[in-house]
Amino acid sequence: MTSTQATPELSYLEHKVAMYRSQVVLRRFEQRAYDLFLENYVKGTSHLSIGQEAIAAGVAAAMRPTDWTFATYRGHAHTLARGVPMTPIFAELMGRTNGLMAGKGGSMHLTSVEHGMMGSYAIIGAHLPIACGAAWSAQYRGTDQVAVAFFGDGSVNIGAFHEALNFAAVWKLPVIFFCENNLWMEYTRTSDVTAVANPAADRAAAYGLESIIIDGNDADAVFEVTSLAVARARAGEGPSMIEAKTYRHGGHSRADPGKYRPDEELAEWLLKDPIPMYRSRLVEMGVSEDDLLLLEADVDAEIETATNEAKAGDVPGEELLLKDVWADGGASWRN
Amino acid sequence: MAQLTFREAIARGIAQEMRRDESIVFLGEDVGAAGGVFKGTVGLLEEFGGVRVRDTPISEQAILGAAMGAAMTGLRPIAEIMFSDFFAVCWDIVANEIAKSRYMTNGQVSFPLVIRSGNGGGLRFGAQHSQSVENWAMMIPGLKVVVPSNALDVIGLMAAAIRDPDPVIFLEAKALYASKMDVPDGEIIDTLGSAKVLRQGSNATVVALGAMVPRALRAAEELANGGIECTVIDVRSLVPLDTTTILREASATGRVFTVEENPRLCGWGGELASIIAEEIFYDLDGPIVRITTPHIPLPAADALEDLAIPSVERIVSTIHKSMNS
Repeated sequence: MTSTQATPELSYLEHKVAMYRSQVVLRRFEQRAYDLFLENYVKGTSHLSIGQEAIAAGVAAAMRPTDWTFATYRGHAHTLARGVPMTPIFAELMGRTNGLMAGKGGSMHLTSVEHGMMGSYAIIGAHLPIACGAAWSAQYRGTDQVAVAFFGDGSVNIGAFHEALNFAAVWKLPVIFFCENNLWMEYTRTSDVTAVANPAADRAAAYGLESIIIDGNDADAVFEVTSLAVARARAGEGPSMIEAKTYRHGGHSRADPGKYRPDEELAEWLLKDPIPMYRSRLVEMGVSEDDLLLLEADVDAEIETATNEAKAGDVPGEELLLKDVWADGGASWRN
Repeated sequence: MAQLTFREAIARGIAQEMRRDESIVFLGEDVGAAGGVFKGTVGLLEEFGGVRVRDTPISEQAILGAAMGAAMTGLRPIAEIMFSDFFAVCWDIVANEIAKSRYMTNGQVSFPLVIRSGNGGGLRFGAQHSQSVENWAMMIPGLKVVVPSNALDVIGLMAAAIRDPDPVIFLEAKALYASKMDVPDGEIIDTLGSAKVLRQGSNATVVALGAMVPRALRAAEELANGGIECTVIDVRSLVPLDTTTILREASATGRVFTVEENPRLCGWGGELASIIAEEIFYDLDGPIVRITTPHIPLPAADALEDLAIPSVERIVSTIHKSMNS
């Protein structure tokens, strides 16, 4: 069990170390996922968050276990950050029965309702109105739950984005729209196809929301700004939108080597890699090199164990094929 | 017992369930203060208040996304899509999100929600406000599809749809909104997936849905005058489909006619014909014949729309010709 979610009772330094650990888990998980593709254990596609870990770690740390995450198909990191163990995620990528969804969802649809991970959605923008619905449910039932919907810079030009923003603002819903702006909309530079410079933040005013732009590679900044938005939402003050500038170190998906990006741009962002940056901060705060090495070795050991556990899972058979179309557990459409 | 219109039955069915269960909420465009553009939801806002009955912006993706998110977190939403043609602007939420998510997540989430929508022609609204889209919904795994043909069934099937743990597309034939019938007082609950035999005859079985049901019944009366006795089945629910009743009645007469408002290709009758041909082929005495709207967008002019949608006359003449050939 790898809970990467920071909890309120941690001391200031423990919280920082947990935040670092979370980012290391996300990085090493994604690197292993990539290796497993190369070894053909993982088929299909996947969209890695390498370079963007500070966002998943920072936002999850600002959430309570009862809050809800709605992620995109680039959702491994968000799933892990909510405390879902590595083994069922690896197994899901490999299509095994010990997978998070027994292999029926795959990389792009990671879901773990018991962890508040309400799904990874592979149709751009679709989950933004769905997150509004969860937020509406919290508002209606009088709980103080908050829904967080992550989306990429490419999502801001699809209709569902605008419908969701207006809907959430009008109904004052406890939902946070979190844009991970990694500058590239799949294979196209977002600024080439977007009318405004800051794809999400520059649209906020249209829905009566504050324009918020942060450094998405700084987990502390992500945590702090998200915490404020979460507090606003819990207090019934309505939605927020946050645009975090970041960069994916790899291509859009498994099939994409990302060659369309200028070398110097990639080099510049590699210097802003959130993980070494955060590690230096911890060292400055007095965390020992030995402790950090131990932490990293511990994560590596967990990755190893989880990989082996996932590989040991069974390949799903026919018993799963016709299961769970309906709430009665079956798939029958006639008598 | 009270005489009720089809449109009044909608509000009655929803109100019956909302009184029983606080987790039921209702949202859509013009559904609250205006009582619905077809006046199908008059009185709901007054009785249940603005927290449970909510007017929305013109944002079909937001309406259905919100219904989905609410359903997966403990509510039982009823959402209205004003005209079923508008499903085309929010079909991703219906076909990719609501319908697939339970299966994809290995049963982690459920969607106890109802999407009701005014469906079909007859009101001279033209092609973008008149199509009969039950075949769109029927072909998506994970959706239940209910199409009532009278006020009593509206109430009972609405109650069953709301109580069902799965997403239900509830299509209301616009042409029937003004139709009336006597409806008993008190709670009415029906069952999804049960067809109704409305008339028994020994010569042919006519299977109809929604607005085509009263036409099929009138056609059966005329055919009876000419010596052809028809069984008439109201399908009522395309998913789940009551094949037991339909196959039994098809076997009994040996002749089957479907009456469908949807454009011809991939209409529900095609699926039904395939099931009948596969499972009771040797009980048949002649071809299965489909009476449908031609494969066209629906025209606006009353004269043309009347030619397009199966009429009593067309049903009578088609069956007559086929039975005597």
